[in-house]
Amino acid sequence: MKISGAQGIIECLLEQGVDTVFGYPGGRILPLYDAIYEGKIRHILTVHEQGAIHAADGYARASGKVGVCIATSGPGATNLVTGLANAYLDSVPLVVITGQVSTDLIGADAFQEVDITGITMPITKHNFLVKDVATLPEIMRFAFRIASSGRPGPVLIDVPSDIQLDVFNFTQEEEQEKNKPRFQWELSQLGSSLIDRAAAVLETAKQPVMIVGGGVVSSGAYEQVVALAEKMNAPVVSTLMGLGSFSSEHPLFLGLTGMHGHKRANLAVHGADVVIAIGSRFNDRVTGNKFKYAEGKTLIHIDVDPAELDKNVSTHIPLAGDVKQLVTTLNERIKPFNPSPWWKVIWEWKQEFAVKPDGNDLSATWMLKQVAERTKGKPFIFATDVGQHQMWAAQNLHIETPRSWITSGGLGTMGFGLPAAIGAQIAMPTKRVIAIVGDGGMKMTGCELFTAASQGLPLITIIVDNSSLGMVRQLQQLFYKQRYSESLLPVPMDFVCFAKAFGIEGTLTTTQEEFLAAFSAAIESNCPRVIIVKIPTEQLVTPMLKPNSPLDTFMDI
Amino acid sequence: MGHHTISILVLNQSGVLVRVAGMFSRRGFNIESLAVGTTHVPEYSRITAVMQGSDAIVAQVVKQLEKLVEVRAVEILPVNTAVVRDMAMIKVKAAQNKKLEVLQLAETFGAKVVDISNETLMVEITSGKTNTDALIDALSSYGILEMIRTGVVGLQRGDCSIYEKEKCEISALFDTAQVEA
Ligand SMILES: Cc1ncc(C[n+]2csc(CCOP(=O)(O)OP(=O)(O)O)c2C)c(N)n1
Ligand SMILES: [Mg+2]
Repeated sequence: MKISGAQGIIECLLEQGVDTVFGYPGGRILPLYDAIYEGKIRHILTVHEQGAIHAADGYARASGKVGVCIATSGPGATNLVTGLANAYLDSVPLVVITGQVSTDLIGADAFQEVDITGITMPITKHNFLVKDVATLPEIMRFAFRIASSGRPGPVLIDVPSDIQLDVFNFTQEEEQEKNKPRFQWELSQLGSSLIDRAAAVLETAKQPVMIVGGGVVSSGAYEQVVALAEKMNAPVVSTLMGLGSFSSEHPLFLGLTGMHGHKRANLAVHGADVVIAIGSRFNDRVTGNKFKYAEGKTLIHIDVDPAELDKNVSTHIPLAGDVKQLVTTLNERIKPFNPSPWWKVIWEWKQEFAVKPDGNDLSATWMLKQVAERTKGKPFIFATDVGQHQMWAAQNLHIETPRSWITSGGLGTMGFGLPAAIGAQIAMPTKRVIAIVGDGGMKMTGCELFTAASQGLPLITIIVDNSSLGMVRQLQQLFYKQRYSESLLPVPMDFVCFAKAFGIEGTLTTTQEEFLAAFSAAIESNCPRVIIVKIPTEQLVTPMLKPNSPLDTFMDI
Repeated sequence: MGHHTISILVLNQSGVLVRVAGMFSRRGFNIESLAVGTTHVPEYSRITAVMQGSDAIVAQVVKQLEKLVEVRAVEILPVNTAVVRDMAMIKVKAAQNKKLEVLQLAETFGAKVVDISNETLMVEITSGKTNTDALIDALSSYGILEMIRTGVVGLQRGDCSIYEKEKCEISALFDTAQVEA
């Protein structure tokens, strides 16, 4: 059929099963918006392009589908840069479509021209500039395949405005082509012998630990990972990105590992003789001192991306490939065992470092435990912003299922939480989404409340208001002699009034009772709600590893 | 730490050189030389990069290169079983009474003189890197006006071919790029 490039883009999106896109219009993407007007695809208009791409990101993380985002050329495209980097570092599959000046103007510094493929080269898995409308369908199809295959990531397609208008002959992708994987993965002979070695090492381990990372979420290998852990009876810890891939309620689960991880979890990793890490890339926030990390241990590393093996720490048994298949095969070749003396040690740690009860004042940790309690076993998704509240959430919420924990791990992007929560709520209308954000980050992208309001989303936004850029303040307290340079926000911000501007009911809470009342009311309501949790500025995130130290060296705070 | 010569088969598309070079600089790998040219298959170009680094670093480089969509195959040229060459043109000062000397010197290194003016000679050499380095060294005492090198290129000896290592991508975008083994 003869259609325009813009209509071709819509057809290709439909072909890929896309029903919702996030975006913001402008001059050089007008042909595509004209095609969107036909109403074949739901378009969510956000307040800012950064909001659109974070929403697409949250949508992708919550649903496991590819998120789609659209923006115009120039400033529209540059507003996507943070979101692309965020998705790139957290391996989130996105297809991002930008308008571009018409092909005859490219390179002329035309109005709203930027070289967005050049700018985003290091922060996309791949990008394309479409120069001929005939190649557009193939590029679209390939972009989806790249974004979702192997280690997922964002792909950008820059489409000049004349290409969007050009008429061409569109043919639907054949059904059998559609479901073809990008690469066929098979266990190699070397891989097979490495699995045998891994099995042998694990069976003789006295103090094994399993680390689950974001790769377990994106590979969908949850069941396989649980089966393997249960066979080994090994304690399981999770990275920030891995939360939910292994249920927090499982008896083998010890908690969060890394800079602000639970003591029992970090001590277990530190004391382990064999560590099997699945879908984690040994980021510096996870390893502490990377030279001491692997001392006295055998590391088994399973990841879909071969380049992650031996990148940050060198491993003894590197296994690259399809995580599901690798874990399944390893499980088949391993005999069940039970490292009971190791569990005795761990039980002692559990007792020793049991969570201290919170006082009677309203605190973030108390609030989060209450939220965990009241949402237990129910279909909730939690999205966070970046800062102290994020770490408190990671430590105190109970993430029971995969894709119900959405946080900016690799880039640590303030302003991510609210728009990502919006995307997640749109992806998962039958679940409730709770955004946990700081007072600093809320000011960055808080206007996206407008999007939540205009879409009528039942989103609950909890603002942990410590009147400061708390995480920065914490670092200044600990490492910069309490010189709180630009991290205190003593001038009050009326978030209730702010929410009201969008027609959203906000409740300021300063006591435990007030919070519980506001939270119950929010849960019962079907409308977006904002709850402000006012806490003292001085609270610190503990435990905390000493910088660049082994995992058993905690700050004395 | 040694020199490593990496041969990279890429799709002949705009931007691919930037992607490859960008990967090196972004990840802090130093390239000593980078040479690009077309191949007998119009859809492909071939890049030769020389870098210094430990074996572990080079292994990481290879893996990062392999992740680039337009990179179709990567191989490290083995020192003992590859032919590597680099071409240099050196414009050297040579008054009349020095011309013969420089000519002879060039000949010793297997280089050719390709241009003569009153006060200069242009010497061209295609050779292994150490030989070229030695010639440049020898010529520098006469005074080098300007010079240029192509950077190292190389192929493995024997009947192997980098096309055998090509990753098989399942996409019609690459249909044109099928090569007979
Ligand atoms: C876009 C961006 N800018 C700056 C930072 C550095 N940063 C990390 S945490 C933080 C403070 C966040 O303050 P707030 O949102 O109030 O959260 P809190 O730590 O107080 O819970 C800052 C400034 C960042 N991560 N992202
Ligand atoms: Mg704050």
